[in-house]
Amino acid sequence: MCSLALFPPPLPPGQTTLCESNNELLSGANNSEDAQDSGPLSLHFPRESLKLHSRTESSSKAAFLDHSETLWMRSAAAWRDGGFTGLLNEVTTSHAEVPKWLSVTSGCILALLRWVSSFHGSLYPHVTLSSEDMIAEFSQVLNWHDCVVRAFAWHPHTDKFAVALLDDSIKIYNPKSAISPTLKHRLQRNVAAVQWKPLCASALAVACQNCVLVWNVDPCSLSTRPSSGCAQVLSHPGHSPVTSIAWSPSGSLLVSASPLDTAMMVWDVAAESCVPLQRVGGGGVTFLSWSPDGSHILACTPSALFRVWETRMWTCERWPCIKGRCQSGCWSPDGSRLLFTVQGEMVIYALTFSGSPGVPPSMVKGPQTAVVVADLSETTFNGPDGDIIVGGEIQSLSWDPRGERLAVLLKGDPQAANRPAIIAVFKTRANPIFELLPCGFVQGELGAEARLMEFHPNFQHGALLTVCWSSGKITHIPFYFLSSGVSHVDLSRSPPLPHPHERPADFANQSLFTELIS
Amino acid sequence: MFPSETSCWFIRKVIWWRAAASIAWSVLLLPPTTAVFVILSKFSFLHPIQTVSDCLSLLMSANSIFSFILLGGVVIMVGFLILEYYTVIPTIACSKIALLGQLLHPRQVVNSLAHGLMGMIVGWCCAVTVGHRYETLGYPARSSDGHPQMCLNEYHLVFLLAGAFVGFSHSLLGVIHNINYVYFHTVQQYKYLHFKGSLPLVVKCSAIQAFYSMRNFIVVYFFLGYIPKTWICKTLTLHLDSSVHPLDSIAGLLDLSLLYHLWISATFLLFTWYITLLLFRIFVTEVYSFPVKSTFTDDSHQCLPKVLTDNQPMILKFLALQDLALLSKHSPSRRSEVFSLSQPGGHPHNWNTVSKECLALLADLTQRLVAYHETVATNGRAKSLSSGSERKTSSETSATSGTEDLMSPRPTFLMKTPASIFARSVARGPHSPLTSPFTSDLDSPFASPALRRLTAPVDQCSPWHGSIQSPHIMRRGPQLWSTSTESHANGSPPPSPASVPSPKQEPAKPSFLAQFLQNRKEQLPEASSQALFADSQAHIWALEALSYLVQASFTEDQFGVVQTTLPSILSSMLHLQEAVDRHFKLPHASSKPVRSTNSMEDFAFKTLRFALRATLKTSIYRITTTFGSHLNAVQMSGEHRKRLQQFLEFKE
Repeated sequence: MCSLALFPPPLPPGQTTLCESNNELLSGANNSEDAQDSGPLSLHFPRESLKLHSRTESSSKAAFLDHSETLWMRSAAAWRDGGFTGLLNEVTTSHAEVPKWLSVTSGCILALLRWVSSFHGSLYPHVTLSSEDMIAEFSQVLNWHDCVVRAFAWHPHTDKFAVALLDDSIKIYNPKSAISPTLKHRLQRNVAAVQWKPLCASALAVACQNCVLVWNVDPCSLSTRPSSGCAQVLSHPGHSPVTSIAWSPSGSLLVSASPLDTAMMVWDVAAESCVPLQRVGGGGVTFLSWSPDGSHILACTPSALFRVWETRMWTCERWPCIKGRCQSGCWSPDGSRLLFTVQGEMVIYALTFSGSPGVPPSMVKGPQTAVVVADLSETTFNGPDGDIIVGGEIQSLSWDPRGERLAVLLKGDPQAANRPAIIAVFKTRANPIFELLPCGFVQGELGAEARLMEFHPNFQHGALLTVCWSSGKITHIPFYFLSSGVSHVDLSRSPPLPHPHERPADFANQSLFTELIS
Repeated sequence: MFPSETSCWFIRKVIWWRAAASIAWSVLLLPPTTAVFVILSKFSFLHPIQTVSDCLSLLMSANSIFSFILLGGVVIMVGFLILEYYTVIPTIACSKIALLGQLLHPRQVVNSLAHGLMGMIVGWCCAVTVGHRYETLGYPARSSDGHPQMCLNEYHLVFLLAGAFVGFSHSLLGVIHNINYVYFHTVQQYKYLHFKGSLPLVVKCSAIQAFYSMRNFIVVYFFLGYIPKTWICKTLTLHLDSSVHPLDSIAGLLDLSLLYHLWISATFLLFTWYITLLLFRIFVTEVYSFPVKSTFTDDSHQCLPKVLTDNQPMILKFLALQDLALLSKHSPSRRSEVFSLSQPGGHPHNWNTVSKECLALLADLTQRLVAYHETVATNGRAKSLSSGSERKTSSETSATSGTEDLMSPRPTFLMKTPASIFARSVARGPHSPLTSPFTSDLDSPFASPALRRLTAPVDQCSPWHGSIQSPHIMRRGPQLWSTSTESHANGSPPPSPASVPSPKQEPAKPSFLAQFLQNRKEQLPEASSQALFADSQAHIWALEALSYLVQASFTEDQFGVVQTTLPSILSSMLHLQEAVDRHFKLPHASSKPVRSTNSMEDFAFKTLRFALRATLKTSIYRITTTFGSHLNAVQMSGEHRKRLQQFLEFKE
């Protein structure tokens, strides 16, 4: 089992990680000129450049609602906005206009409802959170509240990516075109996740507070502001806030999850219809991850339980955790191995699924227990400027599409100066036994903490990790290596991943790349 | 009775058994449903224990067992009617007139009457179960002058009539909402889980539907209630008790307990029927795994390649295509059977048949779309040229001719269905679905050629109804609208489409009815687009199957059998892509229908064209990402190569 003690020590302040080459992470001095020419896709969104709305949901209502409206109008508006409880609230607060018995009755019902919901809240504490807090709690982004870049997604087949910003807009960057469209929509608030549809050039799903938006951004269009008519709105009553979405790798279905809805929605996006998959227990679904071969989905719940769905007949296995809820998870490229982390624990677990195709899914025996593959408990490194403590709880996991590098975002402690949030990168090896080997820490500029990371889905020369920093910068850190063999060209899985370039023969001329960048 | 011997086995061995299982389950679910109904109808807050004991004693009584047997009979009957009327291709009425035609079709009238009758039986059972004042039709009372006489119990009558009304309106709404359409879900689930997941929806929509039905019933009863009341009194020599309020008055109908009991009974009725429908849908759409190769020659007609080419029972073709799409996605061992060579001979018969059938489906859709687009384009030009008055006259021509045809009812059983790939043969078995894609109004008794062209979607808006009709459109006619060559009862040869509008060209004068019809026919503009894609589930499966098989062939096809057809697969997909792109540029094609979630109707058919468009793109991308630059070696036309390059660069 790998632990952080085996890692090379973190870089001294002022040094940033540039890339991996010849099996070691190279670093460079931090000066701004370097940052400028590091590539057209390295972006910087200073916080000041964004026009933020300082309003919160509750405060604006009182300021703008016209109080001279009749009771009926206000009741109708309250019913529309807040549902039954909103209506009761409205009736109770306007006692001057309604008969006394009505306001008293609705006050009583409201109190009863609150009592019941507080009971519900004591079972599932997360239901008492406001929807923004809930997204922050369950998002894969560290400190989602004041993170400038709230979500990031590479296109699965090309070099473009989408960035969701703090001001609820989404920008799309493509190195091949000078136009970067900005997507804005009335319903696009509090974006928790974005994901491009596989096997499609244009569709981008956005998990918003009240719905899922599917944008259709024509890659050939010259427009910088696609109209909101380009977006499909997928919403279902009770299914908000949406904190996680996942496209099936075959591009046909989209699943969405909300911590307040025990049902996970499977959307047929073209038909805008959904099938709720409901299971009792857990209190909601917080995080979804579809395995790259399309056979399984990981669905985490807010309580100490997660499920692994099998996508052919949509049955699930329950996996109770001991300590806390499952915080994050990722799949190996062939879909046979799931790595996950649990809140409150400092280890990475692995589950192996030996699904041989051809055997009916009911016959496939899943694993019995999860094994610990890495220990990330706190480790002190002695540096020139004092000790740095690395380790602790894990915010998110990301595995590169070849299954060779695993990036782990450690939460750190925002209060303590010497415990920064840091990305630890492991090398992974599947043969002869699955193991994680230390690779190194990825660090940014001084004062910048990693918030969000994602691997490029088809980087030719190894792996490319994109990191969004707290300063609003987005940088790309390449890991140059030779693929360790044919482990991922696994013919038994179905359907095979669309990686036409991943022939061993294609790598024959790649040995020079490690020298090119030095 | 059956179209062909080969498909007969499937109906007999699979569909009937599935239907029987679903009906059996709905009968088995009847006792718990009835128990819940009894508890809900008898519940009183003040005496909860007495309620329970009342319910228990009622459920054990002989009376309730008899009504339970009746209810079981009703459910079985409903199940049989569903089996008789279900369809996998929705019947889309392109105009209000066509819809009216569907409603007045004899087959449909029989269905509605049967539902009304069964509703009345359920109403009687409910009245007996609820008991108290509802229990009997007559009760002894003393008339004003002191003579004992039997009086009519109006409460009981209201229950019977409400049951009949709900049953009848359920059947009518079923036609309007295509409730007989069986949709294949993209998300496969086990039957029990599927049922469990859909149960809340069924409860919700039966309650809502019951509410609206009751509202309508009360309005009808308020105005027309005296008719059945006096009739019953006359035939059964019952008297009206003058001491009680008549129920067709406002005071009488404002009886909350009566309204509650009526509503809960209607909910119970609709719930049992919807459950039967739901179970039927779940059972009949269950995946059926056809063998790809059979070991024995006797079973060869049951093999997937053979079954795919059968057009006869549509359900068989749909299930075969579904199975093909699933096997291409999930099952490498069955895929290898598709790619295998015949022994002896070494011919890839399986792959050839499968790919040929899928390509034929795609080609058929492409052809349909192109033809549709051509007619629309021609019409658009013609419309801009023709003056308003001219158009009016011609439309009246057809309208009046249509109305004249209304007078002479046509025998429907001799009607032929179109010669498309989805055609049904002349002898339609009772289990074949009611209609086929373009013939939404074909089965109606009013389906004279003239009315059909009046009511059929877009080309009928053409002013060129008379002799000046462009031969272009007329030539297209048979393929497009599949204007069935209708043979009349006397066996006269079917008139050719060109000769149809000939006799009545000069209108006497514009009539009100003609204008009315003219207005009505243009009301559902989106429907023509829906009708065009009505059977597109088959095309979606064909696209998925082809693309997954081609993708798998990259690593699994040892003999290179797929390579030979790859150019034609690509070109037919690109052709279809072109046609679909052009279709979506038409007005109304890309407007989304409004969805409502609280209904048992499946909206899937309204959005099939979007699903098809998405699947088509994904399928092409699946092939291009798998093969990448290897596709440059595939022979194809320059235009297609350019298009394919766009796909390779992810610019579509």
